[in-house]
Amino acid sequence: MRNRRSGVPAPLLIPASLGVAFLVLPLVGLLVRAPWGTLWSQLTAPGVGEALRLSLVCATAATLISLVLGVPLAWVLARSRARGRSVLRALVTVPLVLPPVVGGVALFLVLGRQGIIGRWLYDVAGITIPFTTPAVVIAETFVAMPFLVITVEGALRAADARFEDVAATLGADRWTTFRRVTLPLVAPGIAAGSVLCWARALGEFGATITFAGNFPGTTQTMPLAVYLALQRDPEAAIVLSLVLMAVSLGTLLLLRDRWLGRAGAGMAA
Amino acid sequence: MKRLAVLAAAALLALTGCGASGSAASGSTSSSGGGLSGTLTVFAAASLTDVFGQLGRQLTKDNPGLDVRFNFAGSSGLATQLTQGAPADVFASANTTQMKVVTDAGLQAADPAVFAQNVLEIAVPKGNPGHVTGLADFGNASLTLAVCAPDVPCGAAAKQVFAAAGVQAKPDTEEEDVKAALTKVQLGEVDAALVYATDVQAAGAKVQGIPFPEAEKAVNTYPICVLKAAPNAAAARAFVALVRSADGQAALKAAGFRAPGA
Amino acid sequence: MSLAAAVRVRRGALDLDVDLGIADGEVLAVLGPNGAGKSTLLRVVAGLLCPDAGRVAVDGAVWDDPAGGVRVPPHERALGVVFQDALLFPHLSVLDNVAFGLRTRGVRRPVARQAAGRWLARVGLEGLGDRRPDELSGGQAQRAALARALVGDPALLLLDEPLSALDARTRLTVRAELRRHLAEFAGSTVLVTHDPVDAMALADRVVVVEDGGVVQAGTPLEVSRAPRTDYVARLVGLSLLPGTGAGTSVRLDGGGEVAVAEETSGPVFAAVRPESVALYLSRPDGSPRNVWPARLVGATPHGATVRCELAGEVPLVADVTATSFAELGLAPGSEVWASVKASEVTVYAR
Repeated sequence: MRNRRSGVPAPLLIPASLGVAFLVLPLVGLLVRAPWGTLWSQLTAPGVGEALRLSLVCATAATLISLVLGVPLAWVLARSRARGRSVLRALVTVPLVLPPVVGGVALFLVLGRQGIIGRWLYDVAGITIPFTTPAVVIAETFVAMPFLVITVEGALRAADARFEDVAATLGADRWTTFRRVTLPLVAPGIAAGSVLCWARALGEFGATITFAGNFPGTTQTMPLAVYLALQRDPEAAIVLSLVLMAVSLGTLLLLRDRWLGRAGAGMAA
Repeated sequence: MKRLAVLAAAALLALTGCGASGSAASGSTSSSGGGLSGTLTVFAAASLTDVFGQLGRQLTKDNPGLDVRFNFAGSSGLATQLTQGAPADVFASANTTQMKVVTDAGLQAADPAVFAQNVLEIAVPKGNPGHVTGLADFGNASLTLAVCAPDVPCGAAAKQVFAAAGVQAKPDTEEEDVKAALTKVQLGEVDAALVYATDVQAAGAKVQGIPFPEAEKAVNTYPICVLKAAPNAAAARAFVALVRSADGQAALKAAGFRAPGA
Repeated sequence: MSLAAAVRVRRGALDLDVDLGIADGEVLAVLGPNGAGKSTLLRVVAGLLCPDAGRVAVDGAVWDDPAGGVRVPPHERALGVVFQDALLFPHLSVLDNVAFGLRTRGVRRPVARQAAGRWLARVGLEGLGDRRPDELSGGQAQRAALARALVGDPALLLLDEPLSALDARTRLTVRAELRRHLAEFAGSTVLVTHDPVDAMALADRVVVVEDGGVVQAGTPLEVSRAPRTDYVARLVGLSLLPGTGAGTSVRLDGGGEVAVAEETSGPVFAAVRPESVALYLSRPDGSPRNVWPARLVGATPHGATVRCELAGEVPLVADVTATSFAELGLAPGSEVWASVKASEVTVYAR
């Protein structure tokens, strides 16, 4: 006999269906309007492979940097008892609500040739940051790292701090405790945060085009390529969009199953 | 930033853009009557931002019931939006290639008319920190250089002049409209950019211009047309007439454009 | 190793002020109700909490001295702790859990695992090393936690209510094993508990802590025979009646009089064992000089006996057989007469 309580209550079913349709139909539209006939020639056109490679490399680099900087930051936000933590948290999450273009402009003002730090870099070491691949990584890290920080902070808060007491009584100093107890306990949360961060970095447009500029092979990531293609050849834009969608979707599905299976709750934390 | 406007336009909706500040036209009465009303939507190349803004304000002054809205962006983007069905009254392109995209799709109400010409000029930040002297410097990889993307009229013209001068250009970024390239120069973030002569003029004291002889090899011709599906055809015709009138031509000349056919 | 601790801590509503000492190899039970501050005391000794004042020294070496600015962090203290919920690391196998204390001290993994395996066998968990903590029963987990605490050969073992989370039957077996391990353990042990049976069964000495202070200390037998507070008395079932001795009777502070066998004077406790109290439905005639009216306010069955709580001028706890309870038709609210032989009243100075 079927459980009476299975199935979705009617008042929730309709909005949920609308929600699904709203999110899924545009993706379906891409598939339906794709120029399947010319797909292969579009895919192998010069620049497509390059833009894709650049996108993947930069998004991954941005995620790695976010991990190295963001996990300790999340620990400080979750565990330290320093004053001004809530102010710090608000500042760290500003990139989440800032329009990405504004982020790009702000990066210019700091790291551009006339920028606060960029000027010094240029005068002393001759280094310019804008219009380079590192600039893409910087722009993507700026917009994506807060996702990681917030997710990991949530996981740390939800983790049982008593285990850290146990580790201390077993002879583990604070760094060893962090490495061998805290990190493994929040690993699912870190994985979830990394996936969010990677996906956000992959799709970043406004800060990238403003701060890093646009040049094929160096700074023209997939979203930029799509945008420019839209101006001259909408079919090419659709094909590029499909590629990006396939890569993103594939990665998200793959990672969710493998790493987040048991602890999908890390995302909700 | 106008870039924001262009971004949103990727959703293929007509956007309102603001006219850039510029000096008011010297007081001469407009040629149209005072009876136009409603909204006029003009899609125009980014290089026309200041001049068209000025002319739009003049038209509104003479027709208080009329609201003129502009969408300034790279001509290629505008042409694509129009072919995808964006609603507009007037289209002014920075070269004939992009206008052809629109006429090939049969969107024009009548044949386009050329109303101005423009040539490229090198723009450098005040003080010329990169010590740029001519087009050959665009082959210098150690300089930070900006050009327009090849699909945009400004970028297409750039390719032509580079070819004519035999320069292997090594730009660091290809901007999607000429105003974006100009902004980079104004911020001092690039050593030089290849923009229109009109842009150099509009930027005033922050930017220095360096003309070069090969510019004549790539003269951009600016056509304008009323669109067939124009919601406000009367205002559209009035605007086009204003652009082609003595007042309009004077404003264009003052901004640095060349007369059509010159 | 010997421990000398004087601990002063203020946390919220708790004002803890406790002095205690343990001799080498001794097992000390800290007994007290919830909220008394026992766990706080343990955390201070473990180094997880800084005392506001006082001193903690082990074998002369100072671990905590706020006044002198000395604080040895917990990971540098030679101790092992068993927590109430075992708290085995969920991301490690049982074997790796037990080996953890050795690995943190630099022992290489194969050596540590071998030692851990030996300890698992000692606590009766042989073969379960590859399991995950959530696959163990409560008793097994607690045994593993004990092995984990002892594997590093600590000088001091701290047990924080180690049996509270277990069900009654498991508690019996684990308590018996714990007794064995504590006997084999060379170091000193502090056992924090609210269960007097733990204290009686496992400890050499007992310290009773109530409301942040020590109210009694002594061997388990001493404490249970002559409890000084209601709490302990209730725990061991004694009725504790404070009063003033006047010859062969004690005038109770709460009114009423108790006849006792030997002469006594001064402030005293009169203590009555529950099995010494007899209940009647009507006033008995007979030799007992102590007969009082009372009302039955609570009855708790314990196997074949029923523990009755009696309210009245002389509040008492009485144990009667279940049969008698039924035959007399007793129920909460019943009016009865309670009687105790004077020779069965213990009196000791307050």
